[in-house]
Amino acid sequence: MKKIIVGMGTCGLSAGAQAVYDRLAELAAGNPDGCSLGRTGCIGMCYREPLVEIRDGSARTIYGGVTPETAESLFRHHVLEGAAPEGAEIVFGVGCDGGVSGTEAAFLGMQERIVLRNCGLIDPESIEDYEANGGYSALRRALLEMAPAEIIAVVKDSGLRGRGGAGFPTGLKWSFAAGNPGDRKYVVCNADEGDPGAFMDRSVLEGDPHSVLEGMIICARAIGAYFGYIYCRAEYPLAIKRLEIAIAAARARGYLGRDILGSGFSFDLKIKQGAGAFVCGEETALFASIEGQRGMPRIRPPFPAEKGLWQKPTNNNNVETYANVPWIVNRGAAAFRAFGTEKSPGTKVFALAGKVVHGGLAEVPMGTTIEDLVFRIGGGIKEGRQFKAVQMGGPSGGCIPARLSHTPVDFESIPATGAIMGSGGMVVMDDTTCMVEIARFFLNFTQNESCGKCTFCRIGTLRMLEILERLTRGEGTPEDIEKLEKLSVQIKEASLCGLGQTAPNPVQTTLRYYLDEYMAHIREKKCPAGACLSLVVFTIDPGKCTGCTLCARNCPVSAISGKVREVHTIDTETCVKCGKCLSSCNFGAVMTR
Amino acid sequence: MEKEHNFSYRLWRYDGAPGELIPLLQSAQDYFGYIPRRAIAHISAVTGTPESDIYGVITFYSQFRLLPMGKYVVRACAGTACHVSGSRMIIETLEDELGVEVGDTTTDGLFTLNTVACIGCCSLAPVIMVNDDTHGRLTPALVRKIIRDYRRRDRESSSAQAGEKCV
Repeated sequence: MKKIIVGMGTCGLSAGAQAVYDRLAELAAGNPDGCSLGRTGCIGMCYREPLVEIRDGSARTIYGGVTPETAESLFRHHVLEGAAPEGAEIVFGVGCDGGVSGTEAAFLGMQERIVLRNCGLIDPESIEDYEANGGYSALRRALLEMAPAEIIAVVKDSGLRGRGGAGFPTGLKWSFAAGNPGDRKYVVCNADEGDPGAFMDRSVLEGDPHSVLEGMIICARAIGAYFGYIYCRAEYPLAIKRLEIAIAAARARGYLGRDILGSGFSFDLKIKQGAGAFVCGEETALFASIEGQRGMPRIRPPFPAEKGLWQKPTNNNNVETYANVPWIVNRGAAAFRAFGTEKSPGTKVFALAGKVVHGGLAEVPMGTTIEDLVFRIGGGIKEGRQFKAVQMGGPSGGCIPARLSHTPVDFESIPATGAIMGSGGMVVMDDTTCMVEIARFFLNFTQNESCGKCTFCRIGTLRMLEILERLTRGEGTPEDIEKLEKLSVQIKEASLCGLGQTAPNPVQTTLRYYLDEYMAHIREKKCPAGACLSLVVFTIDPGKCTGCTLCARNCPVSAISGKVREVHTIDTETCVKCGKCLSSCNFGAVMTR
Repeated sequence: MEKEHNFSYRLWRYDGAPGELIPLLQSAQDYFGYIPRRAIAHISAVTGTPESDIYGVITFYSQFRLLPMGKYVVRACAGTACHVSGSRMIIETLEDELGVEVGDTTTDGLFTLNTVACIGCCSLAPVIMVNDDTHGRLTPALVRKIIRDYRRRDRESSSAQAGEKCV
């Protein structure tokens, strides 16, 4: 019997997977003996969604870009007759002999999947599927065969480091929380994935929620906690729904609640929805938010392992960190150390986005180079343009230029470039991206999200933003560069939490690698990338203009002239560079340079 | 499940457990579409938290709104991936097409325009969400078409309803 599986993560659903699923459900209902229909989370190939997989014994075939119409032809040809329809795109296939084929085999071929071991394979809403793939066997072992100290020892030996960005050794963190006496301790999972351009945690929660639960329960056992929270962004409704289903199923099976698996250990947990504040990704701010207050960070020490949530010893890790734990407990520390580098063992999931051809999720061993990620897995730059930089670590991170693309991605090499490892967002930029403008974009973000507690973060970032806005308008002076450098150092030194301490990173890295671009904005009043609208010249491409007059009618200063069905021209003297023509043209004929 | 999220039910069930303020506000917003003045007074009376503290929490988090929203909430993604793929132009087009600035609601009460830090569909950038529907790989022309389609469908459905009433 064949099994049809539709990829239904957020990326699949927004590409139209629901309509494909509904159509296949109709077809499958008419043929109950020949096939079954299921769903799965994100396999990582977001750029080819909606994906439909047909499994026949051990053979797997994944079709990309499926519509309800092509789904029907897939069903008729592949499911009923056993042959792939002509013209259908097979993105990935595994034959009965284990041979790999398909147009995107390279994308999956370079990956090592520990965190994403089940994503795209199992039905995330079925605990049976998770158990069939070895789920909860690590919990069984941790509860029935291991002492809490042994669990911590394994995690310590594995060298697992926090995947939220800072890279603090997880085992050490657990031992602190375990060592602090207390009648109540808490386990918290940080699923407030706020970095724009990062969606790894969302995919894990949507594709394999039980692995996170299992990791949390094992942690609770290790540190002696009886209650836990998952703090998840409200912007991830599907992840929350799947977590709720997973928690209910785990309770029903006795993995959560009183006397888990007859071990005498009890633990339960609850989901808390975030309310949209980036700073709540900082652990002490996150605790304040769970407590129902404004999410503002506290002074550390005392550290959370001593006084965290409700002033009790607390262990807080990120989604990806917990998802690693069951694998480590099952396979042992040495197996984990077989991947990655000496100081950063294991794998890391990256969210590739921006101007890269294959936008999606990729899990690779630590120490893989940026070049391999962007070109071999990511498939290079869109429209064959020139690779300029990758932005890592979101608003707290920095831009790494193309000439450093041989840098291995691990917790030692990335900070050396001035960026940070971050949670794994990797936004690829090409020669049309202006680095001054990108610095402005991130400062605007951190300025908005600063909670306002520390003066330097609250006002310093605003001053920096004002300077950057001036630069992008071509009103900057050479002294502005000095001011930016000085403010960067001051904000970093005088802020309490990670948000302020890292907010100047985007400015510092772009100043370090792209000073010439800053100087072009100041001296020549030009934007080399053509992205700062105040500094570019608007022209109309005669080859594309159809003479529809739409731009001329939209121009607020009547700078555009031309007759109907004739090529229009822009009077650059009158033009105020508002961009109205650019946004109104239906033919992409307005050019900026 | 539905009952769990009902505002009155949650308030009635409130047992003084700490940390319930944000979930209460979330259910109030689910129920009313925004957080009205009377809900703040109500929550304050039940939980004993001063109204000023509640107001402080509401204004801290970007999710909460003190004004009613339009029938269609347009959330334009302003994340990094969308930004480098031209989301600024998309947002400006939306402002122009709707005749409002980010954060405002159109005078006919049909659309509210907001930006969001990241929807998490970076591979479809630039992206907007209209209520729960995601639209990706946008161009300014496509954005105008999407908004006009919503307007047209809304007109059609409301005139269809008016027609039914006449009969």
